[in-house]
Amino acid sequence: MTTAAALAPLERDLATTGNRAWRRFRRHRLALFGIVAIVLMVLASIVGPWLIPFDQLKIDIRHRFAPPPWGGHLFGTDQLGRDLLVRLLMAGRISLAIGFLAMIVSTAFGTLVGITAGYYGGAIRIVLMRFVDAMLCFPSIFLLLILAAFIQPSVTTITLIIAATSWMEVARVVEAQVRSLRERDFILAAEMIGAPGRYVMFRELLPNAIGPIVVAATLTVARAVLMEAYVSFLGYGIQAPMASWGNMLNNAQQYLGSAPWLAIFPGLMITLSVASFNFVGDGLRDALDARFDVK
Amino acid sequence: MKSENVLEVENLSVTFATERGPLQAVRDVSFTLHAGETLALVGESGSGKSVTSLAIMRLTPPAPLVALGGSVLFTGADGGKRDLVTLDPDAMRAVRGNEISMIFQEPMTSLNPVHRIGDQIAEAITFHEHISARAALDRAAGLLDKVGIPDARRRLSAYPHHLSGGMRQRVMIAMALACNPRVLIADEPTTALDVTVQAQILELMKELQQATGMAVIFVTHNLGVVAEIADRVMVMYSGAIVEKGGVVPLMTRPLMPYTQGLLHSVPRLDPEALGLSPLEAIPGSVPDPFRLPPGCTFAPRCRHREPACEAALPTLEAANGNHDVRCRRWRRLAEARA
Amino acid sequence: MTATAAIAAPVPESPLIEVRELRQWFPVGGGLLRRGDVVRAVDDVSFSIAKGEVLGLVGESGSGKSTLGRAILRMSTPTSGQILFEGRDVTKLGRRALRPLRPRMQFIFQDPFASLNPRMTVRQIVGAPLLIQRPELDGAARDARIGEVLRTVGLSLHYAGRYPHEFSGGQRQRIGIARALILEPAFLVADEPVSALDVSIQAQIVNLLIDIRKELGVAMLFISHDLAVVGHLCDRVAVMYLGRIVEIAPTRALFRRPRHPYTEALFSAVPVPDPTIRRERIILKGDIPSPLAPPSGCAFRGRCRYALPECASAVPPLRQVDGGHWTRCIRDDLKLGRSL
Repeated sequence: MTTAAALAPLERDLATTGNRAWRRFRRHRLALFGIVAIVLMVLASIVGPWLIPFDQLKIDIRHRFAPPPWGGHLFGTDQLGRDLLVRLLMAGRISLAIGFLAMIVSTAFGTLVGITAGYYGGAIRIVLMRFVDAMLCFPSIFLLLILAAFIQPSVTTITLIIAATSWMEVARVVEAQVRSLRERDFILAAEMIGAPGRYVMFRELLPNAIGPIVVAATLTVARAVLMEAYVSFLGYGIQAPMASWGNMLNNAQQYLGSAPWLAIFPGLMITLSVASFNFVGDGLRDALDARFDVK
Repeated sequence: MKSENVLEVENLSVTFATERGPLQAVRDVSFTLHAGETLALVGESGSGKSVTSLAIMRLTPPAPLVALGGSVLFTGADGGKRDLVTLDPDAMRAVRGNEISMIFQEPMTSLNPVHRIGDQIAEAITFHEHISARAALDRAAGLLDKVGIPDARRRLSAYPHHLSGGMRQRVMIAMALACNPRVLIADEPTTALDVTVQAQILELMKELQQATGMAVIFVTHNLGVVAEIADRVMVMYSGAIVEKGGVVPLMTRPLMPYTQGLLHSVPRLDPEALGLSPLEAIPGSVPDPFRLPPGCTFAPRCRHREPACEAALPTLEAANGNHDVRCRRWRRLAEARA
Repeated sequence: MTATAAIAAPVPESPLIEVRELRQWFPVGGGLLRRGDVVRAVDDVSFSIAKGEVLGLVGESGSGKSTLGRAILRMSTPTSGQILFEGRDVTKLGRRALRPLRPRMQFIFQDPFASLNPRMTVRQIVGAPLLIQRPELDGAARDARIGEVLRTVGLSLHYAGRYPHEFSGGQRQRIGIARALILEPAFLVADEPVSALDVSIQAQIVNLLIDIRKELGVAMLFISHDLAVVGHLCDRVAVMYLGRIVEIAPTRALFRRPRHPYTEALFSAVPVPDPTIRRERIILKGDIPSPLAPPSGCAFRGRCRYALPECASAVPPLRQVDGGHWTRCIRDDLKLGRSL
């Protein structure tokens, strides 16, 4: 560690940090895989349904339970003879949209709570962070189910419900980061020019907390996709005939023996997307690590 | 005895493999260290002084990250010579902390915060010598006493955070001296300390050196400390030695414009020199190690430079006696001053 | 009684800033059921600074000099005492009430790496005070002022689009100084502004500060552990030990003849870059005592070679020994030297 200390001034001059973060990220094979997988999934979900000559709601009783790749149905058909691939992609739109939207809402809210608690400290911090702790004490899946049981399920409500149970992690990360930055000289310098609180929070502190926020946000997407799958699988989430990966799984369980592809493909999509977002999150964490420590 | 060389460094170079390409932190450094003397290694940040001392101890990162060149011949207590640059890692570990020891600027980072200091010193001893734990602890108490820690026996069971900065540095020195090293490398050992404590530590190091006859390489940026403790001085700039000589000739009649500038830029305590008289600062700053000027690396900041200075790096030439300087104009500048 | 003496002590005409019996104590340890201890970081400090005057504040780590500097600028709320800025009591003012005063008093930080926001350009960093305090200025006027102040510190507007990591330590310190100067303050607190810099760069920044005080006439509290630097820059010097000022005097008087044994020892400990001078040094024994449990009476007596039994009885008052030269030592008979 003494060697590291001696080399620190040297290190500091090496390239710009942004460059370095990208280099480090590129070295992370799984994260690169994750990025590629996510981009492909998003593109396929958006463009795919137009390219496939089947409608997701078109019922074709004659071709029920067609195994893949029967008659142009690459992934087979379900119990109503609907093309599984196009349903999978349409479900992807819903599931990924919920994932991203829940991430945006929960990250924004979590950041706001974290930065407020970290900046003001004292009683405000105690109240806000104890609220975070209390929220974390609930097993979020039950909370989710209870809320879902009372509220009319739709994309918006499911997104909000998932966001409501996912913002705490971001809040904690941001609060910790802000609290350590709070004592830095450059924050004192801002206080010394009489800067109001919101200037210090959003102009000085927030840009220096972006790294951990981005990492937490990425992991939140994975979590949100998984949560949506849970809730929909249990039947409280996205309702038929609209497809999501979760309710497709729910639907598939009755035919697990006879038509296993109905469960395998949605399951794979959930696994792939969740894993990809987690890989990217890990990669970002490693890549941005040095930047957390603002020199 | 005095003329015996314990360390002969020849053309030492240290190159870091970085994301921006190779970075030569130390370039072609040669010097000898005599038994019992103190050699001060002076320079500013980025001069390569710390990297030089780490390279001698082989404490720079391993091969693909850092390439070492040249040789460091060390004469052990048994009289045998070994090249530390090529020595195998196990043999190097036996030398390190035993025949050559090192102390650092911040003792807190070198001491383990969860172990008692007595145990840490004793462990350092048993690592190199096969003696019982009890005997090692006795030795540790003796060492603490020797470095001026009052009530040494009781302090054995203290943890590092119980001690002040000055006391921790004393503990580090005790640990470094545990195996009676032939060479002690001190990397800015007093920089983090207050002046009154610095004076104590310098005094202690002088006493200990007299008692043990070890040679000391003292890395520092503080010219006052150099004048206080050094027999010979080596000035580094941008990874290379620019001036080398006895402490008195080098500090009273420096030949290299950089050394002169450094000495002039230190504010003096003289009451007559006080009061808003500007200091003679060296303009500009140290060059980017990735874009070193082709000629003399100091030329861009030097007020005596001429076009030829910027063409090629001057060699380190012998000026008089043991005084070497890396400046193509030193002769004319010296005449002009006389 | 010490207080009245201290207030009377350094009385320049029309003080810009006046500090009276200032105390900054911090609770430490302590828990739910246990009363913690109190660190008396600054204890009963009084002095004043005139318009355009530079007062040096010297001391070792733990002396409370930084805490004092920060308390005066109201970066903390003092435990007791008074701070008068331009005649106005600012001791208990809140954040909002301080805002209009901020342009008049600014701070220069020690660490040029930590004091600049790594995510902001030089233009944003140096322009932030204008943005906040002079929102009426438009972009062009702001840029003009930024360019002007950057030139004052030896940089140019040409650098304004770059980020702090693209600069060397000395340049960064110049940026920090530019930020402190842009609102044309009357008073600056500079907390060890050169001690993190290389020797050759230190001299550049000291010269810059000399120029600034000459040209802008700004008053300064210059905090440093380096007596030589203080001597070059300051009109008067105050020496702190364990939270108190032990000696305060015009620079030349203090350097010619220190009147407190601690000041003498400080002078003696500074290594001089001349190997031909071999002097008898005063090596102080031990460390600064813990501020949690300071010794009774004179805090320095345990390390003082002139200590008498009486030194333990009470904290010595600041007494005047010469015009404007005050010391907190009861011994009048000492002929303290300063070995050079």
